[in-house]
Amino acid sequence: MKAVLLSFALAAVASVALITVFLVSSGLPAIGKIGLLEFIIGKRWASTAKDPGFGILPFILSSLYAATCSILIGSPIGLLCALYLSKAASKRTRAVISTLVDLLSGIPSVVFGLVGMMVLVPGIKQLFNLSDGSSLLSAIIVLSIMVLPTIVKVSTTALDAVPREYEDSSLALGASQVQTWLGVSIPAARNGIAASLVLGAGRAIGEAMAVMMVSGNAANMPSLFQSVRFLTTAIASEMSYSSGLQRQALFSIALVLYVFIMIMNMALSWLVKRSAS
Amino acid sequence: MNAFTIKDLCLWYGSMQALKSISMNIEANSITSLIGPSGCGKSTFLKTLNRMNDLVEGVQITGSVLYSDKDIYAPEVDVNMLRKRIGMVFQKPTPFAMSVYDNVAYGPRTHGVKSRAELDIIVQDAMLRAAVWDELKDRLKKPALALSGGQQQRLCIARALAVDPEVLLMDEPTSALDPISTSKVEELITSLKQSFTILIVTHNMQQAVRVSDSTAFFLLGQMIEHGPAERVFSYPRDKRTEDYITGRFG
Amino acid sequence: MTRGFQKAFKAMMISSSILVGSIAVFIFAYVMIKGIGGISWSFLSASPSYLENRIGILPDILNTLYVLLTTLAIVLVIGVASAIYLSEYAESKKLARLVQGASQILSGIPSIIYGLVGMLFFCQILGFRTSLLAGSMTLVIMCLPTIMKTTQESLEAVREGYRESSFALGAGKWRTVRSVVLPCAADGIVSGCILCIGRILGESAALLFTAGLAHSVNGYLEGMSSSGATLTVALYVYAKEQGEFQAAFPIATILLVLALAVNLSASAVGKRLSRGRS
Repeated sequence: MKAVLLSFALAAVASVALITVFLVSSGLPAIGKIGLLEFIIGKRWASTAKDPGFGILPFILSSLYAATCSILIGSPIGLLCALYLSKAASKRTRAVISTLVDLLSGIPSVVFGLVGMMVLVPGIKQLFNLSDGSSLLSAIIVLSIMVLPTIVKVSTTALDAVPREYEDSSLALGASQVQTWLGVSIPAARNGIAASLVLGAGRAIGEAMAVMMVSGNAANMPSLFQSVRFLTTAIASEMSYSSGLQRQALFSIALVLYVFIMIMNMALSWLVKRSAS
Repeated sequence: MNAFTIKDLCLWYGSMQALKSISMNIEANSITSLIGPSGCGKSTFLKTLNRMNDLVEGVQITGSVLYSDKDIYAPEVDVNMLRKRIGMVFQKPTPFAMSVYDNVAYGPRTHGVKSRAELDIIVQDAMLRAAVWDELKDRLKKPALALSGGQQQRLCIARALAVDPEVLLMDEPTSALDPISTSKVEELITSLKQSFTILIVTHNMQQAVRVSDSTAFFLLGQMIEHGPAERVFSYPRDKRTEDYITGRFG
Repeated sequence: MTRGFQKAFKAMMISSSILVGSIAVFIFAYVMIKGIGGISWSFLSASPSYLENRIGILPDILNTLYVLLTTLAIVLVIGVASAIYLSEYAESKKLARLVQGASQILSGIPSIIYGLVGMLFFCQILGFRTSLLAGSMTLVIMCLPTIMKTTQESLEAVREGYRESSFALGAGKWRTVRSVVLPCAADGIVSGCILCIGRILGESAALLFTAGLAHSVNGYLEGMSSSGATLTVALYVYAKEQGEFQAAFPIATILLVLALAVNLSASAVGKRLSRGRS
């Protein structure tokens, strides 16, 4: 029995190995042909042109830009909300808001995309007087909303874990509640809070469908009001009709995305380890 | 002179009454110990004196607590200033995740002291009075969580002293410590008597006899008996007090 | 810190929380209002036809159901078995750490990458072609960490005394696990399943290239071996590629109602779980 169970337990390890091997082996050939530098810092992506260009710098920068901005927008809102839920809200309010946060996290990304397409894109078009509202800005707003539940839930857990006595000690010294939260609770929960941000950033970089529906999908360098393409959407938008070097290059993009995610993963497990000790 | 005058103090957590009509006076510059079995309300009582119970959801308090002849539950009272005057030390040492120095400086900084020179003086003074200066003066920049339990607790006392309080409320301050650290903390408490009014909750009868001037016995939310420690322990007037201190329940 | 700042800070905390809550409410309300009118019996029970200019989502509903059942059945076996191994049998700490690390990595990988690798491995190398089976297998890998984690947590929460009393009666290890430990962990396994159902219902990027986009009504076996769109993929295709919003919103409404149901049952099981353990 033990051997059978062991073989099942190795499924997770095998899956990671499988994914890594496939991405590396199918992603490297195109990088070899195009040239690593040309691929990573090339600004022109024209995979089906007569004189094809395979530079993915616009995708990399757009992805980083969107992830950073969505965390910058999402984290103050998410952290303030987490602080309220963990420290200030009555039990009832907390139950209501956290149910809504759970609901938000359960919404499929295509639904975010749909609502973004119908509400956000026309809204931005009108507000900024653009010819098309499908832009980096709409993607950033959609992602900011999508990372909120992660930030709120993980940070709330971290803030809940701060021993009550620590906060009481600060209050007993005459510090106000706000002073106590900022001076004692948040520093004590900082690793968990940082983990929530890294987790959120990972979600933002990896999201494909929702941003594909609101960002217009043109391979421009990132600019707030222009249509852009991300690492994820570059793969999704061409995969179905790709062939030859173009197809191989899409796998190379996936490899680059995988490397980004692995870096975030390492940052995350480092943070988790630190908060445990 | 009385530091606290407490009259008909009742406290409910929701529908559960935790304190039942407590009236007592607490003398300034003396050590009062509060004894009684677990759940008898002595910690709850202690926390009404610096209004730490305010933060619990569903708490209701009636009666009056006068400190220096002023009602601390009056609407115009600034709770944070009150807590600055009435310091508190907790059961488990609670050093914040900062350096030793920053721990002691946390209170003064909170109340607006910014100058480094001034902070240096306050920190040194508080640590001297808490008898940890000699041990820790070379480790001021080290994280406070790396200290031993006894050192942590005395550091927490130093932290409480650094905001220059008039009263120290101590909630079983030695129950998490080993015997040697306990005796150090007890020594410290006795030496602090000249400058502070001290209330100490303890489960340890010997400790109550050793350190306190007067003792109050609590049972099921009521204050049964209050008097000079020696008298209460030698000639308890109430049968229930006698049963408790002779170890018949608790 | 001035009093004004503190007041403002508290006000910001409250308004942020209200903002987060109202975003959720807005999305639900908006989708429901736009979509509920489009849900009719014929919409649910027909397949789409260009000839008759008709949109129906019966094939998408069936495809979703097939994928859901297949994925759950497979991931449950693998996930629960792995969790049992890790919490009851594993002697080597190193191996346990390796498996756990792998499962943590899996939970962070974006679905588009699952889609790609699924396409390469299941569709091409194993020869499943673009089919619901390939899609399900891809989702199995994706859901594996969730089931493993919840099952392992609830196995570890089972009191040691249960195992010892069973051993003391002379029961072997496997018998103890099977008849004493596992039933105690049932709630955790169920809550893992619910989380996976949510994830499967909401997934689109991983299915786009593995399960495909077809809308035809099939029986189970035939369906598994042919290409088909689940509800989420159908929503994407209708909204983005065809601009058929009178189909997209009703599907979105159905998806949100399902998400709500998943959520409610998860919290119901969660409540039972915490009550059972305290």
